[in-house]
Amino acid sequence: MTWDWNAVSDFMPQFWDGLLVTLQALALGSLISFALGLVWALLMRAPSRFVRWPVGVVTEFVRNTPLLVQLFFLFYVLPEWGVTLSALATGVIGIGLHYSTYTMQVYRAGIEAVPPGQWEAATALNLPRVRTWQVVILPQAIRRVVPALGNYVISMLKDTPMLMVITVLEMLGEARLFAQEHFQFTEPLTVIGVAFIVISYLASLLLRSLERRLVR
Amino acid sequence: MKEPDANTNPPVDGSELIRFEDVTKRFGSNTVLDRLNFSVDSGKHVTLIGPSGSGKTTILRMLMTLTKPDEGTVTVDGEKLFPAPEKQLREVRKKIGMVFQQFNLFPNMSVLRNITEAPVTVLGMSKDEAEARARELLDLVGLADKAGARPTQLSGGQQQRVAIARALAMRPRVMLLDEVTSALDPELVAGVLDVLRDIARTTDITMLCVTHEMNFARDISDQVLMFDSGRIIESGPPEKIFSDPAQDRTREFLSAVL
Repeated sequence: MTWDWNAVSDFMPQFWDGLLVTLQALALGSLISFALGLVWALLMRAPSRFVRWPVGVVTEFVRNTPLLVQLFFLFYVLPEWGVTLSALATGVIGIGLHYSTYTMQVYRAGIEAVPPGQWEAATALNLPRVRTWQVVILPQAIRRVVPALGNYVISMLKDTPMLMVITVLEMLGEARLFAQEHFQFTEPLTVIGVAFIVISYLASLLLRSLERRLVR
Repeated sequence: MKEPDANTNPPVDGSELIRFEDVTKRFGSNTVLDRLNFSVDSGKHVTLIGPSGSGKTTILRMLMTLTKPDEGTVTVDGEKLFPAPEKQLREVRKKIGMVFQQFNLFPNMSVLRNITEAPVTVLGMSKDEAEARARELLDLVGLADKAGARPTQLSGGQQQRVAIARALAMRPRVMLLDEVTSALDPELVAGVLDVLRDIARTTDITMLCVTHEMNFARDISDQVLMFDSGRIIESGPPEKIFSDPAQDRTREFLSAVL
């Protein structure tokens, strides 16, 4: 087996396409998981168990079934119900939804870690409930959970190749396509492997600087 | 039901503001308040003393609506607190400010914002007006230069003085002071107590004060309530309680803390 630099340069155009899709999936998936996870976490604190119970069941179900199965389900079953989305949109929603069931637990821990004295001070000042969440509880809770959320971004990055199975041509998809066309596996797979490491590393640097800025 | 407006009905000094009637509170099998009865008149400074766990803090927390009685009624300015709809509780809370043992400043906000947040959101004060007022209050508590600081950059004593300013910014008729110096290093206690002495002397705010600082209690109180096991075992003016208590239990307690 020999290393062929020509294969690397031949792969590059497809690689950039795949990288872009991977980064899109990661960015949008992260946004959805951050936003939806917060919604779940807040709903789980609703006074009514008729809110908490269904949210608990749904998120437990999503968390405990494989992402791969969920992706297939969204991709093949949703169109039967009349919901037609692009493969990438389906993938982003799938990955965002799946990870939101993890980020909700991160938020929950962050919210619970805010000392009860903060709630009491807000009550003593007669701050409305919504305002208390907005300016007292959530800013403190979210600041605490940035590192944990960041870890899920890295996890999510490593799950993006699953989108390949619903025809999204992210990095692995492009690499496989190239390999099948040229019968050269080593070069494209190595290139994307390196790309995953580089993205993880850059993401962790970004997170660390964000952490430093938030934790004062 | 129409709420009486505090502005059109100015409080008459000496009228009854707070009343506890047969209030009982249990935590598990532990009875912290045992059919408690007492009342506080407007403008008075009342100090609650007694051993830990005798229910003093629970009384303040009840008035601040942070905890509910199991039995009995609590009335503030003629309005019954429990049970009451949230709207009515909010009206009652407007009249009451509380300063906590652990300060409970909002660490994510500047000192100034800690003080202006509630006046702006709750009282609908303009930001400029609230800030001007906050600066006056910071000046009053001797922290005029700390407006832009974060609470975590301040000493415990300074944080507590900010917390006092924050409570005053809401123009409460009643201030609840819950062991406000217990979490402070000894050398920081005097600064906080001086500020409170000042407020007690220069305002007509009704004060309920749980403290172990007996000299302070003697200075500011109109009345001292001695608690033991969830009951008031003795009450009276500070001169009487501190120099010639009627109960052996009070004498015992005072000799232990003085």
